[in-house]
Amino acid sequence: MENYCEWKEGCLLVHMPKELDHHQAGLIRAEADLIIDTCRVQTLVFDFKKTEFMDSSGIGVIIGRSRKMSYQGGRVVAQNLNQRMEKIFVVSGLHKMIEKENS
Amino acid sequence: MTQRNEMRLEFDARSMNEGFARTAVAAFIMELNPTLDEVADVKTAVSEAVTNAIIHGYDNPQEKVVLTCSVEGTAVELTVEDRGKGIEDVARAMEPFYTTRPELERSGMGFAFMEAFMDDVRVTSSPGKGTTVWMRKNLGNPKVADTYE
Repeated sequence: MENYCEWKEGCLLVHMPKELDHHQAGLIRAEADLIIDTCRVQTLVFDFKKTEFMDSSGIGVIIGRSRKMSYQGGRVVAQNLNQRMEKIFVVSGLHKMIEKENS
Repeated sequence: MTQRNEMRLEFDARSMNEGFARTAVAAFIMELNPTLDEVADVKTAVSEAVTNAIIHGYDNPQEKVVLTCSVEGTAVELTVEDRGKGIEDVARAMEPFYTTRPELERSGMGFAFMEAFMDDVRVTSSPGKGTTVWMRKNLGNPKVADTYE
């Protein structure tokens, strides 16, 4: 199993893959949910440093995890978006739902 | 000006082929000298249509998805076809956030993405027979989505 998630002191960092489609989405969801459901995650960070491609399946993963976080009262942040990811965020409306940060 | 050039791919309805399909199309349209952004737009639209065929069209991954792509002048035309379940109400299926598979965490944005990134999208479907998505994009014309700021 590939490791997308890094867990440290209340912060779950998800390293988004180079290409994020429906095929990858299930793997990330399974790995992230295992940690969100068992650890006390205060901040969830999606890191897009490596990501060059994402379709609406990726949006589903982000919205789903954000919803889980809102039930338990945590922050959700997206960081290191390239120009393409910024565009995907705007087209999908995610830019109004998720905080953006550059690390 | 390029002459009309066309290709056709047929592949199993397996999620690993989503990446194959969009990469093949990206390579095929290179002769038109698209911008990186145009390539990404087309790849995204292909990914959405192929994913729909795989998730919604079929239950059996050995069924086939057929993708055609043609280029002529500055235009790219694509069809993504399955001979699967079909869609009862195409207009409803194309509404943003509408999904029949919420348990898979589908965002319901597949058709909205195709429409945002291509110039024209048409869907024909009949229940029990399958669905064909036809899309067209003229390269060199910025779309609304490119000028959002």
